[in-house]
Amino acid sequence: MSKDIKRERIARRVAMELSDGMVVNLGIGIPTFVANFVPEGIDVMFQSENGFVGLGPAPSPDNIDPDITNAGAQPVTILPGGACFDSATSFAIIRGGHVDLTVLGALEVDEKGNLANWMVPGKIVPGMGGAMDLTVGAKRVIIAMEHTAKGNPKILPLCTLPLTAKEQVDLIVTDMAVIEVIPAGLVLKEIAPDTTVEEVVAATAAKLIVSAHVAVMAV
Amino acid sequence: MSKKLRTPEEALREMQNGATVMIGGFLVVGTPETLIEEILKKGVTDLTVIGNDTGFPERGIGKLIVAKRAKKVLASHVGTNPETGRQMHAGETEVVLIPQGTLAEQVRAGGAGLGGILTPTGVGTIVEEGKQKIEINGKEFLLELALQADYALIKAHKADEKGNLVYRRAARNFNPLMATAAKIVVAEVDEIVPIGKLDPDEIVTPGLFVTYLVKREAPCDE
Repeated sequence: MSKDIKRERIARRVAMELSDGMVVNLGIGIPTFVANFVPEGIDVMFQSENGFVGLGPAPSPDNIDPDITNAGAQPVTILPGGACFDSATSFAIIRGGHVDLTVLGALEVDEKGNLANWMVPGKIVPGMGGAMDLTVGAKRVIIAMEHTAKGNPKILPLCTLPLTAKEQVDLIVTDMAVIEVIPAGLVLKEIAPDTTVEEVVAATAAKLIVSAHVAVMAV
Repeated sequence: MSKKLRTPEEALREMQNGATVMIGGFLVVGTPETLIEEILKKGVTDLTVIGNDTGFPERGIGKLIVAKRAKKVLASHVGTNPETGRQMHAGETEVVLIPQGTLAEQVRAGGAGLGGILTPTGVGTIVEEGKQKIEINGKEFLLELALQADYALIKAHKADEKGNLVYRRAARNFNPLMATAAKIVVAEVDEIVPIGKLDPDEIVTPGLFVTYLVKREAPCDE
């Protein structure tokens, strides 16, 4: 399966977690694509941590406004009803529990809901940006990522990389499965139509609690 | 004419080697490029630079990094400028990575006369190393100290002749916070309008925070 197809599947499935009236912050990478699949009839407001709510789609090349980008520096638009603010207000929104849902990518996630997504010591140290605040502050944290990296599991018994935040992840959505984080561990809730429970278990280093009725991901 | 209006050279005339400089902007949106050019021209070095990120190698704070003007950088993200990472790993420049919301609050605290702030962000991560942890109602917080600077170089859209500032769209970001937290605050603006032309309700940064105004020379669409 190509990266694009995996990415679309993950984004479509995450989008099903959206509900009307939510304030949502999408991270860079796969999470950004979730905005393309907002279900019909559902009105969500996307927050952009560089300083506004009402994040809209990319403008046409003639309509780029250099003062309006997303947190990844790509040109975007501000929809009618949007609002601009400074970085302290932006993170009051994030840290203060006013964001209903954040969707982030990950390098590693573990059985406790720990997340590592901001550095690989000695190799890439880009910085955490807003990820630590988002993970701690958002009411719900969904990780959207490919199930493995070059065949190696990313869902581990315990993260090995420096953490972004401790015990904050609520749901993991991958190209193979949907996994819920509960105090007892990781519950396999859904698998993709083209895989089996055995294959998901084999691709996951963490212990999975396999629910009695594992559903098929509706994607 | 505004009494605060200066050329870039006049505005930064007193800046010394080793100065601590806050620079506004988020991935070069709302970054004072004209003032950054002036630092490069002036030749000051060993700066401690505080900013959200280090821009790109050819734009924003990134140009100061490439020209080796910073001995220390405090930022939330440096991934868009590979040169920052290279200097960090080679031990040439000290880079302190700070969660973005924490950095914003540290600057706000610095300008508001507070000693620091308590945040849950970073608890249980390497960010907590060396910091005091305080438990309030059963929840752990990190004590993060306030930040202040010798200079804040900020970018606003419009100023009036009193130095009152209005920002535009996502170019606001750290600018109004930094405007409160430095001894000398230089605001680079696209336009200066006469007193009375800005509605007091639309002003985000009151002019009392602004030491000097400089007209932006870099093209606005860069």
